[in-house]
Amino acid sequence: MAIEVRIPTILRNLTDGAKAVEGKGGTLEELIADLDARHPGLRDRLVDDKGLRKFVNVYLNDEDVRFLGGLDTEVSDGDNVTILPAVAGGAAHGLR
Amino acid sequence: MLTIERALVDKIVAHARADHPDEACGVVAGSIGSDTPSRFIAMVNAERSPTFYRFDSMEQLRVWRAMDDADEEPVVIYHSHTATEAYPSRTDISYASEPNAHYALVSTRDPEKIEFRSYRIVDGRVTEEEVRIVEAGG
Repeated sequence: MAIEVRIPTILRNLTDGAKAVEGKGGTLEELIADLDARHPGLRDRLVDDKGLRKFVNVYLNDEDVRFLGGLDTEVSDGDNVTILPAVAGGAAHGLR
Repeated sequence: MLTIERALVDKIVAHARADHPDEACGVVAGSIGSDTPSRFIAMVNAERSPTFYRFDSMEQLRVWRAMDDADEEPVVIYHSHTATEAYPSRTDISYASEPNAHYALVSTRDPEKIEFRSYRIVDGRVTEEEVRIVEAGG
């Protein structure tokens, strides 16, 4: 058993095109570190020094991990993790 | 170039007008690789703001999964600007994360005039593209 992680289009260049990869760990942070060992660069796209990047949504079993425990969220074998780029923007701070 | 049916443009503009003065946002899905938008999906602006939009993360998960199951992708990602021109802001550019999508922008600053424009945003670079509006089946 492992944890299945669904990868969005924009990050599949880091997973040899795979739509889903498997990893292990006791927390989301450990899972991401495990994935990064096999798919270098993935961690940097998901995490910065403040935690999960605001540009990305990570779901554990269809719950947004921001409402769970962020990177400290506990994960276990058989869980499903989905990564999606956040869709956001707007006129604020616009140049024009 | 974005080729899109008039009925879809009308729905996007109607959504933008209805949510004015807040920004409206949504997606038009289409078959993967077709570059043809066909299924209109109005999304909730979780920010409910006149200057910012963000898809509600749970709604986005449901919509993205449904697209995945139907072999669709977000062909058009649209939102409105309510007081400024229909041109991507710095915020829009920094968040743009679907290199295959057409980023459509509607400005509702003038209630009489429709301003509908489309862009590609890849690696922080914005390229405006021609919009060809076709009648159904055309």
